Amino acid sequence: MTWETVIGLETHVELATRTKIFCSCTTAFGGEPNTHCCPVCMGMPGTLPVLNKKVLEFAVKAGLALNCHITRYSKFDRKNYFYPDLPKAYQISQLYLPIARDGAVSIHTPAGDKTVRIHELHMEEDAGKLVHDPWLDQTRADYNRCGVPLIEIVTEPDFRTAEETVAYLEKLKETLQYLGVSDCKMQEGSLRCDVNLSVRPLGSSELGTRTEMKNLNSFKAIARAIGYEARRQIELIEEGKQVVQETRRWDENKDATYAMRSKENAQDYRYFPEPDIPPIELSEEYLEGLRAAQPELAGEKRARYQREYGLPEYDCQMITSDGALARFFEELVELGAPPKQGANWIMGEVLGALAQRAMEPRDMKLTAPTLARLIARVGEGRLNRNTAVKVFEAIFDTDGDVDAYVKEHGLEQVSDGGLVREACAGVLEANPQSVADYRGGREKAFGFLVGQVMRELKGRANPQTVNSTLKELLGKD
Amino acid sequence: MIVNTEMVDYISELSRMELRAGEKQAMTAQLEQIIAYMNVLNQLDTQGIEPMSHVFPVKNVLREDEPAPSQDRAQLLAGSPSGGKEAFLVPKAVE
Repeated sequence: MTWETVIGLETHVELATRTKIFCSCTTAFGGEPNTHCCPVCMGMPGTLPVLNKKVLEFAVKAGLALNCHITRYSKFDRKNYFYPDLPKAYQISQLYLPIARDGAVSIHTPAGDKTVRIHELHMEEDAGKLVHDPWLDQTRADYNRCGVPLIEIVTEPDFRTAEETVAYLEKLKETLQYLGVSDCKMQEGSLRCDVNLSVRPLGSSELGTRTEMKNLNSFKAIARAIGYEARRQIELIEEGKQVVQETRRWDENKDATYAMRSKENAQDYRYFPEPDIPPIELSEEYLEGLRAAQPELAGEKRARYQREYGLPEYDCQMITSDGALARFFEELVELGAPPKQGANWIMGEVLGALAQRAMEPRDMKLTAPTLARLIARVGEGRLNRNTAVKVFEAIFDTDGDVDAYVKEHGLEQVSDGGLVREACAGVLEANPQSVADYRGGREKAFGFLVGQVMRELKGRANPQTVNSTLKELLGKD
Repeated sequence: MIVNTEMVDYISELSRMELRAGEKQAMTAQLEQIIAYMNVLNQLDTQGIEPMSHVFPVKNVLREDEPAPSQDRAQLLAGSPSGGKEAFLVPKAVE
């Protein structure tokens, strides 16, 4: 039998606000345990949580970008559970009237384009961190993360493959980064994903029993976990057994999922309206203001780069994959760099240098004016491309002065035709065998001669001038 | 609604409260009384009345995203029975 995998995602994203959702403690990552805390986020009796304006704004912006219907009258609810990562014994979340619903995201995979439906997007607070202390055989509760604002984005079960799932997550990450509502750093836990998965015979319209997978902290882990879990469920059913609805944890090291203890599975959250947070009513002006202020998103940029700059689709895709990189490119073009050349430098040298250093574009020291100057010097014929790459490597980490570096190291292109001619003549005289080979039809020998001239001129010559001068001299006698 | 022993067991598990046999019986009777009282409320005709989640007519109570100093850790931990200096210590909860 052919099986179909059905996947839905719940993604938690930490919002890039300066303070927590209901109190003025910092949201900074890390910090000594329990030093970013106050009576509100520690759930002390008698405290009153007050919603952060920016959280509401970011949630609405995300909802608009995901083409959701924004709930004009929204409320918070209490989700009750006893676990030491939650000092209040309830999480303030949204169940009945989430801030946004019924959205859609289009994704692009090698298998084709697809629209993924967003069921809802709601605001909630993050929980604390528990670390087991083997020495004391006790668990240490650190509440720094308690109350860090989250949005949870829930899709409909619209994915059929791991590729589609990852394509959606990449699109989501890109969108939220462009909006500036989250940095989406998976390694710091600011984007976390739970995967709901079931299988069914291909063509069936009924959903099978699903499991939920947690602890997925990279796109790679998500893709691998989907592959593993789908196989596990199919094998169970083919052996005549049944899939049990449960929460499973992905073990990166063992490359397998395993069931969490049933106690952790007990889900009865007894939601009720949160009496401490008054309802939120959004005016049309408020929404209109946010709509008008939405930045240009990656998809729109891609279309514009193709239209305005005539860049190939591949280039547009690469450059817009990161908001900081796209801004860098636009600045280059504004400073006069030809778009295709700017794109080539970004896709080649810039991304290469970043990858080598395991750096994100937003942390790059090199500024657009510096690279624009370097590109201009090549255009003016004062640097050849190879020398320019050397200059780039030298100044990348410091955003150094292009002209000063070129001058200091005597790298300016030799544009003196006489000097090039002299060097060419010298090389031909010193390499009679290669000259003979070339005349005998061996094209390779020509490359060797060009190389020798470049060496003579320390790589500073314009390659086209060297080519034409050599050809001219070789043609003479 | 009839409150039976199974329901009391379930609620005690959810709330992580261990009840002895005698307490279970007492709790069953008390919960029964509470539910009976709710049933009195349920007799009211609420047709056409919008559910209310707040008793005060306020909405959109928001604060600016401006950080303020957090509370001193020693003070926050002072009430912790476990006496941890950097963190609250609780019975093993992580696998």
